[in-house]
Amino acid sequence: MDILNQLAQSFFDWKAIGEVLPKMFAVGLPNTIVLAVVSGVIGTAIGMLLALMGISRNAGARWIARIYTDILRGLPPVLTILVIGFGFGPIVRELTGSTSPYPMAIAALSLMSGAYIGEIFRSGIQSVDKGQLEATRALGFSYGSSMRLVVVPQGIRRVLPALVNQFIALIKESSLVFMLGLLATEREIFQIGKDAAANTGNLSPYVAAAIFYLALTIPLTHFVNWIDARMRTGRPEKKEPDEAAAVVGKGAQA
Amino acid sequence: MSEFVSGTLTAKNIHLSFGSNHVLRGIDLHVEKGTTASVIGPSGSGKSTLLRVMNRLIEPDQGDILLDGRSVLKDNPDELRRRIGMVFQQFNLFPHKTVAENISLALRKLRGMSKEQARDEALNQLDLVGLKHKADSRPANLSGGQQQRVAIARALAMKPEVMFFDEATSALDPELVKGVLALMTDLAKGGMTMVVVTHEMGFSRNVSDVVTFMDAGVVVESGPPEQLFTDPRTERLQGFLSDVL
Repeated sequence: MDILNQLAQSFFDWKAIGEVLPKMFAVGLPNTIVLAVVSGVIGTAIGMLLALMGISRNAGARWIARIYTDILRGLPPVLTILVIGFGFGPIVRELTGSTSPYPMAIAALSLMSGAYIGEIFRSGIQSVDKGQLEATRALGFSYGSSMRLVVVPQGIRRVLPALVNQFIALIKESSLVFMLGLLATEREIFQIGKDAAANTGNLSPYVAAAIFYLALTIPLTHFVNWIDARMRTGRPEKKEPDEAAAVVGKGAQA
Repeated sequence: MSEFVSGTLTAKNIHLSFGSNHVLRGIDLHVEKGTTASVIGPSGSGKSTLLRVMNRLIEPDQGDILLDGRSVLKDNPDELRRRIGMVFQQFNLFPHKTVAENISLALRKLRGMSKEQARDEALNQLDLVGLKHKADSRPANLSGGQQQRVAIARALAMKPEVMFFDEATSALDPELVKGVLALMTDLAKGGMTMVVVTHEMGFSRNVSDVVTFMDAGVVVESGPPEQLFTDPRTERLQGFLSDVL
């Protein structure tokens, strides 16, 4: 029973959890959400740009998108965050006078998620049947308008589940920005748990952090499943029987 | 008397290659205003490709395309395509838009109509193909025949001078073919200039004014349907007709 008690002590020290909760709500949660949402939005914009470059008829644009994606997808997130944060941080400090690593954290997360989101969008756009572009162009739309009005919207719709999955990954990866040494008011859920764990010598604050992450990610996961199912079955609508569908116009009687 | 402002379409000595594959080898086709030309021939003979070259979805390597006697190769291809309607084997309706929006999109963006005007015009066109009651459905909830009729309405809404049909009934269940062919017959009788690539020999024989038989990228035989179907001159057409009839 000693072992069980010891485990309960390490993970479920209610006092330690209770002490860290206010700070997690007031500081950690908002920061995690800001990091994830802002870099999610910027990453989506970067991703759209990369996807359009990736399917462009211009070979130069395709190559740039390819190289960017290969590098950013191929590196461990920790490494990217460190290199961008510490590498470009001093330059930004020089230019803006700001010492906060927060913008660098957002930049690193955005650049990384942009590479993944770009691939998601590209695969979605390319999965749209070629007949869609052909039919749009046959109506007299230019290539650009056809893509913008018909092909890209369909491509995005198709990859919405994958996109939400990427946002879930982003929420989790935002925990890595603690490497950059954020100011006390900038700390997100993970670092607040980590600090408290270090102070108390107990793992329970991590458990509190885990609960916060799950409260964010599990609803999103189910949201993904919901859109996925919705897109597969669509809104139900009754089809007419084929006999009723066959009759038409004056010619049908002829 | 024609219900349509239709034009005369001429293709002259059209050549097209994809790499070493010489798909079209000097095609001539003349479709007089208000008439229907059907193009028949085995799969891979270049019929569908010819349609795409004539509305410049694919640019020819050589040759000329004339609409009402004037070459259109120097025009903006997007503007040319607004004058030529096209209907596809796979319908190619926009699945993320309603039936009415499928039709109104080009009216709004290319013809500059307001949202209300475009919707009214879309409903008019849908009425003509007997599908006004489906205006707010999604294409996926329509039968193949209904989808193809919407596709025809979408093309007609642009008031084209010529209509292309690329095997418009090949993807339909047999019982739905009749409705689409009936609609195409109405258009032909209404004076639309039409080029119809088809495997429906009955339609080709009964409705078209000129039948063109293509094989391996060349026009093998061309003439009035009666002559081609009852008295084929070439061995290739004889062989083709004995295979399909």
